[in-house]
Amino acid sequence: MQPHIKVDHVSKSFGKKEVLKDVSLTVKGSEIFGLLGPSGAGKTTLVKMMAGIESPSTGRITVLGTVMPDLNTMGRIGFMAQSDALYGELSAYENLDFFASVYGLPKKKRQERIEKVLELVNLTEDRKKIVNQFSGGMKRRLSLAAVLLHEPDILILDEPTVGIDPVLRQAVWEELHQWSQRGTTIVVTTHVMDEAEKCDSLGMLRDGRLIAMGAPDQLKEASSSATLEEAFLYYGGARQ
Amino acid sequence: MRVRAIVIRIIRQFFRDKRTLALMIVAPMFILLLLHLVFNGEDYIPVIGVGDVPEQIEDQLADTGAKTDRMTEPEAYTAMDHQEIDAFITMNGMTPSVILEGSDPTANRAVMQALQQAFENMKPSERSVRPDVTYLYGAEDLSLFDNFGPVLIGFFIFFFVFIISGVSFLRERTGGTLERLLATPLRRWEIVTGYVLGFGIFTTFQASIISWFAIKVLGIMMAGSFGYVLLITFLLAMTALTLGTLLSAFANNELQMMQFIPLVVIPQIFFSGLFNLDTMAEWLRSISVIMPLTYGADALREVMIRGKGWSFIDHDIYILLAFSLFFMILNVYALKKHRRL
Repeated sequence: MQPHIKVDHVSKSFGKKEVLKDVSLTVKGSEIFGLLGPSGAGKTTLVKMMAGIESPSTGRITVLGTVMPDLNTMGRIGFMAQSDALYGELSAYENLDFFASVYGLPKKKRQERIEKVLELVNLTEDRKKIVNQFSGGMKRRLSLAAVLLHEPDILILDEPTVGIDPVLRQAVWEELHQWSQRGTTIVVTTHVMDEAEKCDSLGMLRDGRLIAMGAPDQLKEASSSATLEEAFLYYGGARQ
Repeated sequence: MRVRAIVIRIIRQFFRDKRTLALMIVAPMFILLLLHLVFNGEDYIPVIGVGDVPEQIEDQLADTGAKTDRMTEPEAYTAMDHQEIDAFITMNGMTPSVILEGSDPTANRAVMQALQQAFENMKPSERSVRPDVTYLYGAEDLSLFDNFGPVLIGFFIFFFVFIISGVSFLRERTGGTLERLLATPLRRWEIVTGYVLGFGIFTTFQASIISWFAIKVLGIMMAGSFGYVLLITFLLAMTALTLGTLLSAFANNELQMMQFIPLVVIPQIFFSGLFNLDTMAEWLRSISVIMPLTYGADALREVMIRGKGWSFIDHDIYILLAFSLFFMILNVYALKKHRRL
């Protein structure tokens, strides 16, 4: 099966600062791919390029067979940034209605999908509430709902569980597994080791380089470490 | 379709943020009202120096409510230099001759009104004797507010639309929603067009209310067609809107957006005809060519003061349209900084 996302010798510089150095990786269809690394490692830049917002300085990224950025392919991706990109003055429903229209969903389909995703993130009760009055966790859930509106084939989530409580975090991960079972390809960034364990496949990023790639167990085994944290240190050290 | 989504969203946001909506409409009206009060104070009582004129004229002048004061011509000049009297009336043979101090339009008008009334009240046989009027300083002109008004209407609309549109586009960027939009298949021109249309609805509304207020409530001079005034103010608002969103790309926060006011907005007041540019160096005067307010103010004056029609404002209209389009295109390019496509 053709990989859903292919990152091919990608480097990215902002001015003189090189954020990513010759990164190559592949994400298979309907797997959960985790990008693990400390903050500043280049995770966000890499996922933004996958989503088509940024362009690589050198190398190329192919998503579903087309070279990014490509507007049509972007319509099949759901990208959730680290910050909750919501309109605070509008209600939850109005926010979703806006994003659904941006993806060009027809009115009937739009209403149907909004109800569906609201239910999914457990916000049906609060649909009329103004987003400014939402708690942090509710905003995160609403952001997640907004990403799911157009039923994307690929979900790219940048630190989706930052700042939410353990119960909700658990729920989000269960949700992610269900979606991947239904065939959605998911890319998730994280700097939390126990979340990384839950991914089907991992890429470890450090200082803009990909230091290791593989299934969590595989990575632990190959580095003969008991935890992912040790494995990360092993690969990070081996590079130097 | 997708443009419509942005338009609807902006409308909804506006109605949630009623304070901003109020700022856009009430603040310009409030400032115009203050200026109206300052420049158009009512019941100014003129002080008129009276020279060698028949007693009858002096009485008539006093009857109009003006204060009169007998003095000789040299005394009168001194008094006028010290702004103790507004005018001096004397006889030049058989014709009364009036000298106005002239530096204050309010005083000029009051004196002229008093004179007119005084002579109207006289016997028909004497009425034929018209006084000849000369100005010591200044010249016969409109009231200050009539003169400044059209420029001020244009300026305030420009100013507030610039700030509000600039800040709201900036928020879109700093709040992460712009990035969110750019992760969707929305095209850059769709975002810009959506903004222009969404805000356009509010600026049309704003321009109509402010123009109506200045003309009907404050009674600013209005010789031409109201429709033209609306067209001009609307286009001026569109220029401010597109320029505001464009410049917001070069600001990192609200405070930096405010820093554009002294750089971009204030200089336009000085060059748009509020002050006479004739005394300025030629090269300095030519700066006004790149300022949208120059054209808006010129067109508003043509319509409101001189009562002119389309053939006198068409070039201003086209230039304002060109400014808006130009800024819109630059906007589409500025968004390239955030996404290549």
